[in-house]
Amino acid sequence: MAENGGVTEQDVLRVAELANLELTSEEVPRMQRDLNAILGHVAQLQELNTEGVPAMSQVGEMLGAEIEGTGAALRPDKVRPSLDRKLVMASAPETDGRFFKVPKVIER
Amino acid sequence: MTIDEVRTGLANGSITATAVAEQHYARIAAEDGPAGKDIHSFLALSRERALGQAAKIDSLAKSGDALPPLAGVPVGIKDVLTMVGSPATAGSKILEGYMPPYDATAVTKLEAAGAVLLGKLNCDEFAMGSSNENSAYGPVRNPRALDRVPGGSSGGSAAAVAAGFATASLGTDTGGSIRQPAAFCGVVGVLPTYGRVSRYGLIAFASSLDRVGPFALNVRDAATMLGILAGHDPMDATSADRPVGDYTGALSKPVHGLRIGVPEEYFGEGLDPEIRAAIEKALDILRKAGCEIKKISLPHTRYAVPTYYVIATAEASANLSRFDGVRYGLRAKGANTLSAMYRETRDQGFGAEVKRRILLGTYALSAGYYDAYYRKAQQVRTLLTRDFLTAFNGVDAIVTPMTPSPAFKLGEKTDDPVKMYLEDIYTVAASLAGVCGMSVPCGATAAGLPIGVQILGRHFDEETMLRVGLAVESGE
Repeated sequence: MAENGGVTEQDVLRVAELANLELTSEEVPRMQRDLNAILGHVAQLQELNTEGVPAMSQVGEMLGAEIEGTGAALRPDKVRPSLDRKLVMASAPETDGRFFKVPKVIER
Repeated sequence: MTIDEVRTGLANGSITATAVAEQHYARIAAEDGPAGKDIHSFLALSRERALGQAAKIDSLAKSGDALPPLAGVPVGIKDVLTMVGSPATAGSKILEGYMPPYDATAVTKLEAAGAVLLGKLNCDEFAMGSSNENSAYGPVRNPRALDRVPGGSSGGSAAAVAAGFATASLGTDTGGSIRQPAAFCGVVGVLPTYGRVSRYGLIAFASSLDRVGPFALNVRDAATMLGILAGHDPMDATSADRPVGDYTGALSKPVHGLRIGVPEEYFGEGLDPEIRAAIEKALDILRKAGCEIKKISLPHTRYAVPTYYVIATAEASANLSRFDGVRYGLRAKGANTLSAMYRETRDQGFGAEVKRRILLGTYALSAGYYDAYYRKAQQVRTLLTRDFLTAFNGVDAIVTPMTPSPAFKLGEKTDDPVKMYLEDIYTVAASLAGVCGMSVPCGATAAGLPIGVQILGRHFDEETMLRVGLAVESGE
Protein backbone atom coordinates (compact mmCIF):
# COMPACT_ATOMS: atom_id res chain seq x y z
CA MET A 1 0.00 0.00 0.00
CA ALA A 2 1.26 3.44 -0.88
CA GLU A 3 1.55 6.60 1.19
CA ASN A 4 -1.76 8.34 1.92
CA GLY A 5 -3.51 5.00 1.62
CA GLY A 6 -3.73 5.35 -2.16
CA VAL A 7 -3.46 2.60 -4.76
CA THR A 8 -0.14 2.75 -6.65
CA GLU A 9 0.63 1.59 -10.17
CA GLN A 10 2.42 -1.39 -8.60
CA ASP A 11 -0.76 -2.26 -6.68
CA VAL A 12 -2.77 -2.18 -9.90
CA LEU A 13 -0.28 -4.47 -11.62
CA ARG A 14 -0.18 -6.87 -8.67
CA VAL A 15 -4.00 -7.11 -8.49
CA ALA A 16 -4.16 -7.53 -12.28
CA GLU A 17 -1.78 -10.45 -11.98
CA LEU A 18 -3.91 -12.03 -9.22
CA ALA A 19 -6.97 -11.64 -11.46
CA ASN A 20 -5.23 -13.01 -14.58
CA LEU A 21 -5.75 -9.72 -16.37
CA GLU A 22 -3.24 -8.28 -18.76
CA LEU A 23 -3.51 -4.49 -18.81
CA THR A 24 -2.10 -2.28 -21.55
CA SER A 25 0.17 0.58 -20.54
CA GLU A 26 -2.67 3.04 -21.23
CA GLU A 27 -5.08 1.10 -19.01
CA VAL A 28 -2.88 1.09 -15.91
CA PRO A 29 -3.06 4.82 -15.01
CA ARG A 30 -6.78 4.93 -15.81
CA MET A 31 -7.50 1.95 -13.54
CA GLN A 32 -5.29 3.44 -10.84
CA ARG A 33 -7.27 6.70 -10.97
CA ASP A 34 -10.64 4.90 -10.94
CA LEU A 35 -9.73 2.50 -8.13
CA ASN A 36 -8.58 5.41 -5.98
CA ALA A 37 -11.82 7.30 -6.67
CA ILE A 38 -13.99 4.29 -5.85
CA LEU A 39 -12.02 3.28 -2.75
CA GLY A 40 -12.19 6.91 -1.59
CA HIS A 41 -15.96 6.59 -1.70
CA VAL A 42 -15.88 3.16 0.00
CA ALA A 43 -13.75 4.57 2.85
CA GLN A 44 -16.87 6.03 4.49
CA LEU A 45 -17.76 2.50 5.66
CA GLN A 46 -14.99 2.91 8.24
CA GLU A 47 -17.13 5.55 10.03
CA LEU A 48 -19.50 2.80 11.16
CA ASN A 49 -18.82 0.85 14.33
CA THR A 50 -19.49 -2.76 13.36
CA GLU A 51 -18.01 -4.42 16.39
CA GLY A 52 -20.00 -7.54 17.21
CA VAL A 53 -22.09 -7.28 14.01
CA PRO A 54 -22.13 -10.63 12.21
CA ALA A 55 -20.94 -10.69 8.60
CA MET A 56 -23.73 -11.57 6.18
CA SER A 57 -23.01 -13.51 3.02
CA GLN A 58 -26.57 -13.99 1.81
CA VAL A 59 -30.08 -13.14 2.92
CA GLY A 60 -31.24 -16.64 3.93
CA GLU A 61 -29.14 -16.38 7.10
CA MET A 62 -31.05 -13.27 8.15
CA LEU A 63 -34.43 -14.92 7.67
CA GLY A 64 -33.57 -17.75 10.04
CA ALA A 65 -33.12 -20.36 7.34
CA GLU A 66 -31.40 -23.21 9.13
CA ILE A 67 -28.68 -25.17 7.47
CA GLU A 68 -29.60 -28.80 7.71
CA GLY A 69 -26.42 -30.65 8.63
CA THR A 70 -27.32 -34.32 8.20
CA GLY A 71 -27.75 -34.28 4.43
CA ALA A 72 -31.36 -35.47 4.73
CA ALA A 73 -32.58 -32.42 2.80
CA LEU A 74 -30.26 -32.99 -0.15
CA ARG A 75 -31.77 -34.31 -3.33
CA PRO A 76 -31.27 -38.03 -4.01
CA ASP A 77 -27.91 -38.86 -5.56
CA LYS A 78 -29.32 -40.28 -8.79
CA VAL A 79 -27.58 -40.80 -12.11
CA ARG A 80 -29.01 -38.45 -14.74
CA PRO A 81 -27.99 -37.87 -18.32
CA SER A 82 -25.24 -35.26 -18.70
CA LEU A 83 -25.13 -32.56 -21.34
CA ASP A 84 -24.42 -33.88 -24.83
CA ARG A 85 -20.64 -33.77 -25.22
CA LYS A 86 -20.88 -32.82 -28.90
CA LEU A 87 -23.01 -29.78 -28.06
CA VAL A 88 -20.59 -28.68 -25.36
CA MET A 89 -17.51 -29.19 -27.54
CA ALA A 90 -19.15 -27.29 -30.42
CA SER A 91 -18.50 -24.04 -28.52
CA ALA A 92 -14.89 -24.85 -27.59
CA PRO A 93 -12.20 -22.64 -29.17
CA GLU A 94 -9.94 -25.67 -29.72
CA THR A 95 -10.84 -29.32 -29.24
CA ASP A 96 -10.12 -32.79 -30.57
CA GLY A 97 -13.81 -33.62 -30.12
CA ARG A 98 -13.27 -35.29 -26.75
CA PHE A 99 -11.07 -32.85 -24.82
CA PHE A 100 -10.33 -29.13 -24.66
CA LYS A 101 -6.91 -28.32 -26.14
CA VAL A 102 -4.78 -25.64 -24.51
CA PRO A 103 -1.28 -24.22 -25.03
CA LYS A 104 1.72 -25.54 -23.11
CA VAL A 105 1.01 -25.71 -19.36
CA ILE A 106 4.54 -26.06 -17.94
CA GLU A 107 6.58 -22.91 -18.36
CA ARG A 108 10.29 -22.37 -17.91
CA MET B 1 -50.39 -5.28 -26.82
CA THR B 2 -50.93 -6.45 -23.25
CA ILE B 3 -51.05 -10.11 -22.21
CA ASP B 4 -54.84 -9.90 -21.87
CA GLU B 5 -55.20 -8.40 -25.38
CA VAL B 6 -53.16 -11.23 -26.90
CA ARG B 7 -55.08 -13.91 -25.00
CA THR B 8 -58.51 -12.46 -25.73
CA GLY B 9 -57.68 -12.06 -29.42
CA LEU B 10 -56.49 -15.66 -29.65
CA ALA B 11 -59.51 -16.98 -27.78
CA ASN B 12 -62.02 -15.18 -30.02
CA GLY B 13 -60.08 -15.93 -33.19
CA SER B 14 -59.46 -12.30 -34.20
CA ILE B 15 -55.67 -12.82 -34.23
CA THR B 16 -53.22 -15.69 -34.48
CA ALA B 17 -50.01 -16.19 -32.52
CA THR B 18 -48.14 -16.38 -35.82
CA ALA B 19 -49.53 -13.02 -36.96
CA VAL B 20 -48.68 -11.43 -33.60
CA ALA B 21 -45.10 -12.72 -33.81
CA GLU B 22 -44.74 -11.54 -37.42
CA GLN B 23 -46.12 -8.07 -36.52
CA HIS B 24 -43.59 -7.74 -33.74
CA TYR B 25 -40.72 -8.91 -35.95
CA ALA B 26 -41.85 -6.39 -38.59
CA ARG B 27 -41.78 -3.58 -36.04
CA ILE B 28 -38.35 -4.67 -34.81
CA ALA B 29 -37.07 -4.77 -38.41
CA ALA B 30 -38.45 -1.28 -39.10
CA GLU B 31 -37.45 0.50 -35.89
CA ASP B 32 -34.78 -1.31 -33.89
CA GLY B 33 -31.96 -0.98 -36.43
CA PRO B 34 -29.94 2.01 -37.72
CA ALA B 35 -32.38 2.49 -40.63
CA GLY B 36 -35.17 3.06 -38.08
CA LYS B 37 -34.82 4.60 -34.63
CA ASP B 38 -31.59 2.71 -33.92
CA ILE B 39 -32.87 1.64 -30.50
CA HIS B 40 -30.69 -1.49 -30.70
CA SER B 41 -32.59 -3.46 -28.07
CA PHE B 42 -32.21 -6.88 -29.72
CA LEU B 43 -28.84 -8.62 -30.13
CA ALA B 44 -30.27 -11.74 -31.80
CA LEU B 45 -33.65 -12.88 -33.10
CA SER B 46 -34.89 -16.44 -32.63
CA ARG B 47 -37.38 -16.57 -35.52
CA GLU B 48 -37.38 -20.31 -35.99
CA ARG B 49 -38.04 -21.09 -32.36
CA ALA B 50 -40.63 -18.30 -32.04
CA LEU B 51 -42.60 -19.23 -35.14
CA GLY B 52 -42.51 -22.94 -34.21
CA GLN B 53 -44.03 -22.09 -30.84
CA ALA B 54 -46.57 -19.72 -32.45
CA ALA B 55 -47.71 -22.49 -34.80
CA LYS B 56 -48.20 -24.81 -31.82
CA ILE B 57 -50.28 -22.18 -30.01
CA ASP B 58 -52.35 -21.56 -33.13
CA SER B 59 -53.23 -25.24 -33.54
CA LEU B 60 -54.10 -25.37 -29.84
CA ALA B 61 -56.41 -22.34 -30.28
CA LYS B 62 -57.99 -23.93 -33.36
CA SER B 63 -58.72 -27.16 -31.48
CA GLY B 64 -60.61 -25.12 -28.88
CA ASP B 65 -58.53 -26.46 -25.99
CA ALA B 66 -57.82 -24.26 -22.99
CA LEU B 67 -54.98 -21.83 -23.72
CA PRO B 68 -52.02 -21.57 -21.34
CA PRO B 69 -51.63 -18.26 -19.45
CA LEU B 70 -49.06 -16.71 -21.82
CA ALA B 71 -50.43 -18.22 -25.04
CA GLY B 72 -48.94 -16.36 -28.01
CA VAL B 73 -47.46 -13.58 -25.87
CA PRO B 74 -44.30 -12.20 -27.54
CA VAL B 75 -41.46 -12.03 -25.00
CA GLY B 76 -37.79 -10.99 -25.19
CA ILE B 77 -34.99 -12.47 -23.07
CA LYS B 78 -32.05 -10.54 -21.63
CA ASP B 79 -28.87 -11.91 -23.13
CA VAL B 80 -27.47 -13.11 -19.81
CA LEU B 81 -29.91 -16.04 -19.78
CA THR B 82 -29.34 -19.13 -21.90
CA MET B 83 -31.71 -20.10 -24.68
CA VAL B 84 -30.92 -23.01 -26.97
CA GLY B 85 -30.59 -21.98 -30.61
CA SER B 86 -29.49 -18.40 -29.85
CA PRO B 87 -26.03 -17.14 -28.96
CA ALA B 88 -25.51 -16.10 -25.32
CA THR B 89 -23.10 -13.15 -25.15
CA ALA B 90 -23.86 -11.42 -21.81
CA GLY B 91 -23.07 -8.27 -23.82
CA SER B 92 -19.40 -9.31 -23.87
CA LYS B 93 -16.87 -10.04 -26.60
CA ILE B 94 -15.45 -12.83 -24.45
CA LEU B 95 -18.54 -14.96 -25.11
CA GLU B 96 -18.78 -14.16 -28.82
CA GLY B 97 -19.98 -17.21 -30.71
CA TYR B 98 -21.06 -19.17 -27.64
CA MET B 99 -24.15 -21.32 -28.25
CA PRO B 100 -25.46 -22.56 -24.89
CA PRO B 101 -26.40 -26.26 -24.73
CA TYR B 102 -29.39 -25.81 -22.39
CA ASP B 103 -32.27 -23.43 -21.58
CA ALA B 104 -32.45 -21.32 -18.43
CA THR B 105 -35.30 -22.44 -16.16
CA ALA B 106 -37.01 -19.04 -16.55
CA VAL B 107 -36.92 -19.51 -20.34
CA THR B 108 -38.30 -23.06 -20.08
CA LYS B 109 -41.13 -21.90 -17.81
CA LEU B 110 -42.19 -19.01 -20.07
CA GLU B 111 -42.28 -21.22 -23.13
CA ALA B 112 -44.18 -23.95 -21.29
CA ALA B 113 -46.74 -21.26 -20.40
CA GLY B 114 -47.22 -20.50 -24.10
CA ALA B 115 -44.94 -17.48 -24.56
CA VAL B 116 -43.36 -16.87 -27.97
CA LEU B 117 -39.68 -16.05 -27.41
CA LEU B 118 -38.63 -13.44 -29.97
CA GLY B 119 -34.90 -13.20 -29.24
CA LYS B 120 -32.09 -12.00 -27.00
CA LEU B 121 -31.93 -8.47 -25.61
CA ASN B 122 -28.98 -6.11 -25.31
CA CYS B 123 -27.53 -5.32 -21.88
CA ASP B 124 -24.45 -3.97 -20.16
CA GLU B 125 -21.51 -6.37 -20.31
CA PHE B 126 -22.10 -9.08 -17.68
CA ALA B 127 -24.96 -6.90 -16.39
CA MET B 128 -22.46 -4.34 -15.07
CA GLY B 129 -23.76 -0.85 -15.67
CA SER B 130 -26.53 1.64 -15.11
CA SER B 131 -26.92 2.97 -18.66
CA ASN B 132 -26.44 0.06 -21.10
CA GLU B 133 -23.42 1.94 -22.48
CA ASN B 134 -21.12 -0.92 -21.38
CA SER B 135 -22.46 -3.41 -23.93
CA ALA B 136 -19.65 -4.62 -26.19
CA TYR B 137 -22.21 -4.62 -28.99
CA GLY B 138 -23.13 -0.94 -28.65
CA PRO B 139 -25.54 1.07 -26.51
CA VAL B 140 -29.34 1.00 -26.45
CA ARG B 141 -31.40 4.15 -26.96
CA ASN B 142 -34.36 5.06 -24.78
CA PRO B 143 -37.51 4.75 -26.96
CA ARG B 144 -39.10 7.64 -25.03
CA ALA B 145 -36.16 9.99 -25.79
CA LEU B 146 -33.71 8.69 -28.36
CA ASP B 147 -30.78 10.86 -27.23
CA ARG B 148 -30.98 9.34 -23.74
CA VAL B 149 -29.98 6.07 -22.10
CA PRO B 150 -32.61 3.43 -21.32
CA GLY B 151 -30.92 2.68 -17.98
CA GLY B 152 -29.08 -0.49 -17.23
CA SER B 153 -28.09 -3.11 -17.08
CA SER B 154 -31.34 -4.55 -18.54
CA GLY B 155 -31.63 -1.59 -20.95
CA GLY B 156 -32.64 -3.73 -23.93
CA SER B 157 -35.34 -5.50 -21.90
CA ALA B 158 -36.92 -2.20 -20.81
CA ALA B 159 -36.56 -0.55 -24.22
CA ALA B 160 -38.09 -3.50 -26.12
CA VAL B 161 -41.26 -3.38 -24.00
CA ALA B 162 -41.46 0.44 -24.11
CA ALA B 163 -41.01 0.44 -27.90
CA GLY B 164 -43.74 -2.15 -28.47
CA PHE B 165 -41.28 -4.79 -29.75
CA ALA B 166 -42.44 -7.27 -27.09
CA THR B 167 -45.37 -7.54 -24.67
CA ALA B 168 -43.04 -8.48 -21.83
CA SER B 169 -39.40 -9.36 -21.26
CA LEU B 170 -36.99 -10.93 -18.82
CA GLY B 171 -34.31 -8.91 -17.10
CA THR B 172 -31.96 -9.41 -14.21
CA ASP B 173 -31.37 -7.14 -11.23
CA THR B 174 -28.19 -7.28 -9.14
CA GLY B 175 -28.14 -3.67 -7.91
CA GLY B 176 -31.10 -2.08 -9.71
CA SER B 177 -30.81 -3.46 -13.24
CA ILE B 178 -34.54 -4.15 -13.65
CA ARG B 179 -36.04 -1.32 -11.61
CA GLN B 180 -33.92 1.61 -12.85
CA PRO B 181 -34.38 0.92 -16.61
CA ALA B 182 -38.11 0.31 -16.01
CA ALA B 183 -38.32 3.81 -14.48
CA PHE B 184 -36.26 5.39 -17.29
CA CYS B 185 -38.38 3.80 -20.04
CA GLY B 186 -41.81 4.15 -18.40
CA VAL B 187 -42.66 0.45 -17.98
CA VAL B 188 -43.24 -1.84 -14.99
CA GLY B 189 -40.25 -3.85 -13.69
CA VAL B 190 -40.32 -6.39 -10.87
CA LEU B 191 -37.44 -7.51 -8.63
CA PRO B 192 -38.71 -10.69 -6.98
CA THR B 193 -37.49 -11.64 -3.49
CA TYR B 194 -34.02 -13.25 -3.49
CA GLY B 195 -34.65 -16.97 -4.05
CA ARG B 196 -38.13 -16.54 -5.56
CA VAL B 197 -37.15 -17.16 -9.21
CA SER B 198 -34.66 -19.79 -10.39
CA ARG B 199 -31.32 -18.60 -11.74
CA TYR B 200 -30.41 -21.83 -13.48
CA GLY B 201 -29.05 -20.77 -16.87
CA LEU B 202 -28.18 -17.24 -15.74
CA ILE B 203 -24.60 -16.13 -16.44
CA ALA B 204 -23.60 -15.13 -12.91
CA PHE B 205 -22.38 -11.65 -11.93
CA ALA B 206 -22.75 -11.53 -8.10
CA SER B 207 -24.39 -14.67 -6.79
CA SER B 208 -25.66 -13.35 -3.44
CA LEU B 209 -27.43 -10.52 -5.30
CA ASP B 210 -28.41 -11.64 -8.83
CA ARG B 211 -32.15 -12.03 -9.44
CA VAL B 212 -34.30 -12.72 -12.51
CA GLY B 213 -37.55 -10.78 -13.01
CA PRO B 214 -40.04 -9.48 -15.57
CA PHE B 215 -40.70 -6.23 -17.41
CA ALA B 216 -44.27 -5.56 -18.55
CA LEU B 217 -46.59 -2.83 -19.77
CA ASN B 218 -48.69 -2.80 -16.62
CA VAL B 219 -48.85 -4.24 -13.10
CA ARG B 220 -51.32 -6.99 -13.99
CA ASP B 221 -49.07 -8.33 -16.77
CA ALA B 222 -46.09 -8.20 -14.40
CA ALA B 223 -48.07 -10.22 -11.83
CA THR B 224 -48.97 -12.80 -14.49
CA MET B 225 -45.32 -13.10 -15.53
CA LEU B 226 -44.14 -13.44 -11.93
CA GLY B 227 -46.69 -16.21 -11.30
CA ILE B 228 -45.15 -18.21 -14.15
CA LEU B 229 -41.52 -17.54 -13.16
CA ALA B 230 -41.76 -18.04 -9.38
CA GLY B 231 -41.07 -21.28 -7.57
CA HIS B 232 -38.46 -23.69 -6.34
CA ASP B 233 -36.10 -25.27 -8.86
CA PRO B 234 -34.01 -28.32 -7.94
CA MET B 235 -31.41 -27.08 -10.45
CA ASP B 236 -30.78 -23.91 -8.39
CA ALA B 237 -29.75 -24.58 -4.79
CA THR B 238 -30.41 -20.92 -3.89
CA SER B 239 -34.03 -20.98 -5.06
CA ALA B 240 -36.42 -20.96 -2.11
CA ASP B 241 -38.77 -23.82 -1.38
CA ARG B 242 -41.63 -21.50 -0.41
CA PRO B 243 -45.27 -21.50 -1.52
CA VAL B 244 -45.87 -19.28 -4.56
CA GLY B 245 -48.59 -16.67 -4.12
CA ASP B 246 -51.59 -16.01 -6.35
CA TYR B 247 -50.21 -12.76 -7.72
CA THR B 248 -53.00 -11.83 -10.13
CA GLY B 249 -55.65 -12.91 -7.61
CA ALA B 250 -54.07 -10.65 -4.97
CA LEU B 251 -54.66 -7.63 -7.23
CA SER B 252 -58.40 -7.69 -6.55
CA LYS B 253 -57.84 -7.06 -2.83
CA PRO B 254 -58.20 -3.38 -1.92
CA VAL B 255 -55.21 -1.51 -0.42
CA HIS B 256 -57.44 0.16 2.19
CA GLY B 257 -55.78 -0.05 5.60
CA LEU B 258 -52.28 -0.92 4.35
CA ARG B 259 -49.47 0.91 6.14
CA ILE B 260 -47.01 2.53 3.72
CA GLY B 261 -43.56 3.55 4.98
CA VAL B 262 -41.79 6.55 3.47
CA PRO B 263 -38.08 6.56 4.42
CA GLU B 264 -36.73 10.07 4.93
CA GLU B 265 -33.26 8.99 3.72
CA TYR B 266 -34.60 8.60 0.15
CA PHE B 267 -35.74 12.22 -0.13
CA GLY B 268 -32.47 14.03 0.57
CA GLU B 269 -30.15 16.18 -1.47
CA GLY B 270 -29.78 15.26 -5.13
CA LEU B 271 -33.39 14.23 -5.71
CA ASP B 272 -34.80 15.92 -8.80
CA PRO B 273 -37.70 18.24 -7.79
CA GLU B 274 -39.99 16.95 -10.54
CA ILE B 275 -39.43 13.38 -9.32
CA ARG B 276 -40.06 14.42 -5.73
CA ALA B 277 -43.39 15.97 -6.79
CA ALA B 278 -44.38 12.84 -8.74
CA ILE B 279 -43.64 10.58 -5.75
CA GLU B 280 -45.67 12.87 -3.48
CA LYS B 281 -48.53 12.61 -5.97
CA ALA B 282 -48.27 8.80 -5.89
CA LEU B 283 -48.38 8.91 -2.08
CA ASP B 284 -51.51 11.07 -2.30
CA ILE B 285 -53.13 8.46 -4.52
CA LEU B 286 -52.38 5.80 -1.90
CA ARG B 287 -53.63 8.04 0.91
CA LYS B 288 -56.91 8.59 -0.96
CA ALA B 289 -57.21 4.83 -1.47
CA GLY B 290 -57.18 4.41 2.30
CA CYS B 291 -53.53 3.64 3.00
CA GLU B 292 -51.89 4.97 6.12
CA ILE B 293 -48.72 6.85 5.11
CA LYS B 294 -46.03 6.70 7.81
CA LYS B 295 -42.61 8.38 7.96
CA ILE B 296 -39.93 5.78 8.67
CA SER B 297 -36.14 5.66 8.83
CA LEU B 298 -33.71 3.27 7.16
CA PRO B 299 -30.70 4.75 8.95
CA HIS B 300 -27.86 3.00 7.10
CA THR B 301 -29.06 3.92 3.59
CA ARG B 302 -26.09 6.19 2.82
CA TYR B 303 -23.73 3.23 3.22
CA ALA B 304 -25.58 1.05 0.70
CA VAL B 305 -23.69 2.14 -2.45
CA PRO B 306 -20.15 1.56 -1.06
CA THR B 307 -21.27 -1.72 0.55
CA TYR B 308 -22.78 -2.88 -2.71
CA TYR B 309 -19.74 -2.03 -4.81
CA VAL B 310 -17.42 -4.00 -2.51
CA ILE B 311 -19.63 -7.11 -2.29
CA ALA B 312 -20.78 -7.17 -5.91
CA THR B 313 -17.28 -6.71 -7.32
CA ALA B 314 -15.76 -9.29 -4.94
CA GLU B 315 -18.29 -11.87 -6.09
CA ALA B 316 -17.84 -10.83 -9.72
CA SER B 317 -14.08 -11.29 -9.53
CA ALA B 318 -14.69 -14.91 -8.52
CA ASN B 319 -17.56 -15.61 -10.94
CA LEU B 320 -15.79 -14.13 -13.95
CA SER B 321 -12.66 -16.21 -13.43
CA ARG B 322 -14.36 -18.93 -15.48
CA PHE B 323 -13.93 -16.88 -18.65
CA ASP B 324 -10.45 -18.00 -19.62
CA GLY B 325 -10.59 -19.01 -23.28
CA VAL B 326 -10.57 -22.74 -22.59
CA ARG B 327 -14.14 -23.99 -22.90
CA TYR B 328 -16.19 -21.41 -24.83
CA GLY B 329 -16.14 -18.03 -26.49
CA LEU B 330 -13.06 -16.07 -27.39
CA ARG B 331 -9.47 -17.37 -27.20
CA ALA B 332 -6.56 -15.00 -27.84
CA LYS B 333 -4.49 -16.17 -30.79
CA GLY B 334 -0.77 -16.73 -30.66
CA ALA B 335 -0.23 -17.19 -26.92
CA ASN B 336 2.51 -19.76 -26.29
CA THR B 337 1.64 -20.76 -22.76
CA LEU B 338 -1.55 -21.41 -20.86
CA SER B 339 -1.14 -18.49 -18.47
CA ALA B 340 -0.39 -16.06 -21.31
CA MET B 341 -3.48 -17.37 -23.11
CA TYR B 342 -5.64 -16.72 -20.02
CA ARG B 343 -4.36 -13.18 -19.60
CA GLU B 344 -4.49 -12.18 -23.25
CA THR B 345 -7.96 -13.68 -23.72
CA ARG B 346 -9.28 -11.77 -20.73
CA ASP B 347 -7.57 -8.57 -21.86
CA GLN B 348 -9.09 -8.78 -25.34
CA GLY B 349 -12.47 -10.13 -24.21
CA PHE B 350 -13.44 -7.91 -21.28
CA GLY B 351 -14.44 -4.25 -21.55
CA ALA B 352 -13.17 -1.45 -19.31
CA GLU B 353 -16.00 -1.56 -16.74
CA VAL B 354 -15.71 -5.32 -16.30
CA LYS B 355 -11.93 -5.05 -15.82
CA ARG B 356 -12.44 -2.21 -13.34
CA ARG B 357 -14.85 -4.30 -11.28
CA ILE B 358 -12.70 -7.43 -11.41
CA LEU B 359 -9.71 -5.39 -10.21
CA LEU B 360 -11.71 -3.72 -7.44
CA GLY B 361 -13.17 -7.05 -6.28
CA THR B 362 -9.80 -8.79 -6.37
CA TYR B 363 -8.29 -5.91 -4.40
CA ALA B 364 -11.08 -6.09 -1.77
CA LEU B 365 -10.49 -9.82 -1.34
CA SER B 366 -6.68 -9.72 -1.37
CA ALA B 367 -4.48 -10.37 1.64
CA GLY B 368 -4.27 -7.34 3.90
CA TYR B 369 -7.48 -5.71 2.63
CA TYR B 370 -10.05 -8.47 3.18
CA ASP B 371 -11.07 -7.34 6.70
CA ALA B 372 -11.08 -3.63 5.91
CA TYR B 373 -13.20 -3.96 2.76
CA TYR B 374 -14.96 -7.26 2.20
CA ARG B 375 -15.67 -8.29 5.79
CA LYS B 376 -16.59 -4.72 6.72
CA ALA B 377 -19.06 -4.57 3.81
CA GLN B 378 -20.61 -7.88 4.85
CA GLN B 379 -21.16 -6.49 8.36
CA VAL B 380 -22.74 -3.30 7.01
CA ARG B 381 -24.94 -5.52 4.82
CA THR B 382 -26.31 -7.02 8.06
CA LEU B 383 -27.10 -3.52 9.35
CA LEU B 384 -28.82 -2.57 6.08
CA THR B 385 -30.92 -5.75 6.18
CA ARG B 386 -31.85 -5.15 9.82
CA ASP B 387 -33.05 -1.66 8.80
CA PHE B 388 -35.61 -3.28 6.50
CA LEU B 389 -36.64 -6.04 8.93
CA THR B 390 -37.25 -3.41 11.62
CA ALA B 391 -39.17 -1.12 9.26
CA PHE B 392 -41.40 -3.96 8.07
CA ASN B 393 -42.50 -4.56 11.67
CA GLY B 394 -44.44 -1.31 11.40
CA VAL B 395 -45.38 -1.03 7.72
CA ASP B 396 -46.63 -3.35 4.97
CA ALA B 397 -44.77 -1.76 2.07
CA ILE B 398 -42.22 1.01 1.52
CA VAL B 399 -42.49 3.69 -1.17
CA THR B 400 -39.49 5.69 -2.45
CA PRO B 401 -38.31 7.45 -5.61
CA MET B 402 -36.82 4.92 -8.06
CA THR B 403 -34.04 7.13 -9.41
CA PRO B 404 -32.58 10.48 -8.29
CA SER B 405 -32.98 11.92 -11.80
CA PRO B 406 -34.72 10.99 -15.05
CA ALA B 407 -32.92 9.25 -17.96
CA PHE B 408 -29.65 11.03 -18.71
CA LYS B 409 -28.03 11.66 -22.09
CA LEU B 410 -25.86 9.04 -23.79
CA GLY B 411 -22.23 9.72 -22.88
CA GLU B 412 -23.10 12.05 -20.01
CA LYS B 413 -21.66 9.92 -17.18
CA THR B 414 -19.36 7.45 -18.89
CA ASP B 415 -16.18 9.17 -17.73
CA ASP B 416 -16.77 9.07 -13.99
CA PRO B 417 -17.40 5.66 -12.39
CA VAL B 418 -18.32 7.09 -8.97
CA LYS B 419 -20.95 9.38 -10.54
CA MET B 420 -22.34 6.39 -12.46
CA TYR B 421 -22.38 4.22 -9.30
CA LEU B 422 -24.33 6.91 -7.43
CA GLU B 423 -27.10 6.38 -10.00
CA ASP B 424 -27.85 3.27 -7.90
CA ILE B 425 -28.44 5.17 -4.66
CA TYR B 426 -32.12 4.15 -4.31
CA THR B 427 -31.79 0.62 -5.68
CA VAL B 428 -28.88 -1.19 -4.00
CA ALA B 429 -30.11 -1.27 -0.39
CA ALA B 430 -33.07 -3.48 -1.36
CA SER B 431 -30.69 -5.62 -3.42
CA LEU B 432 -28.42 -6.20 -0.43
CA ALA B 433 -31.37 -6.91 1.92
CA GLY B 434 -33.03 -9.38 -0.47
CA VAL B 435 -36.51 -7.82 -0.19
CA CYS B 436 -38.82 -7.65 -3.21
CA GLY B 437 -39.28 -4.43 -5.15
CA MET B 438 -40.80 -2.95 -8.26
CA SER B 439 -40.85 0.20 -10.34
CA VAL B 440 -44.20 1.56 -11.48
CA PRO B 441 -44.59 4.55 -13.85
CA CYS B 442 -45.95 7.59 -11.97
CA GLY B 443 -45.89 10.44 -14.45
CA ALA B 444 -43.31 12.30 -16.50
CA THR B 445 -41.13 15.39 -16.31
CA ALA B 446 -42.12 18.55 -18.18
CA ALA B 447 -39.71 17.41 -20.89
CA GLY B 448 -41.67 14.15 -21.19
CA LEU B 449 -39.19 11.81 -19.52
CA PRO B 450 -40.82 8.95 -17.58
CA ILE B 451 -40.70 8.86 -13.76
CA GLY B 452 -40.91 5.66 -11.72
CA VAL B 453 -41.91 5.06 -8.11
CA GLN B 454 -40.25 2.23 -6.19
CA ILE B 455 -42.42 -0.04 -4.06
CA LEU B 456 -40.63 -2.45 -1.71
CA GLY B 457 -42.24 -5.39 0.05
CA ARG B 458 -41.31 -7.88 2.75
CA HIS B 459 -39.30 -10.96 1.84
CA PHE B 460 -41.61 -13.30 -0.13
CA ASP B 461 -44.58 -10.90 0.08
CA GLU B 462 -44.81 -9.89 -3.56
CA GLU B 463 -48.63 -9.84 -3.27
CA THR B 464 -48.78 -6.73 -1.08
CA MET B 465 -46.16 -4.95 -3.21
CA LEU B 466 -48.13 -5.68 -6.40
CA ARG B 467 -51.39 -4.47 -4.83
CA VAL B 468 -49.75 -1.17 -3.92
CA GLY B 469 -48.30 -0.98 -7.45
CA LEU B 470 -51.72 -1.48 -8.99
CA ALA B 471 -53.24 1.20 -6.74
CA VAL B 472 -50.61 3.73 -7.91
CA GLU B 473 -51.08 2.73 -11.56
CA SER B 474 -54.90 2.95 -11.32
CA GLY B 475 -54.71 6.41 -9.75
CA GLU B 476 -52.42 7.82 -12.45
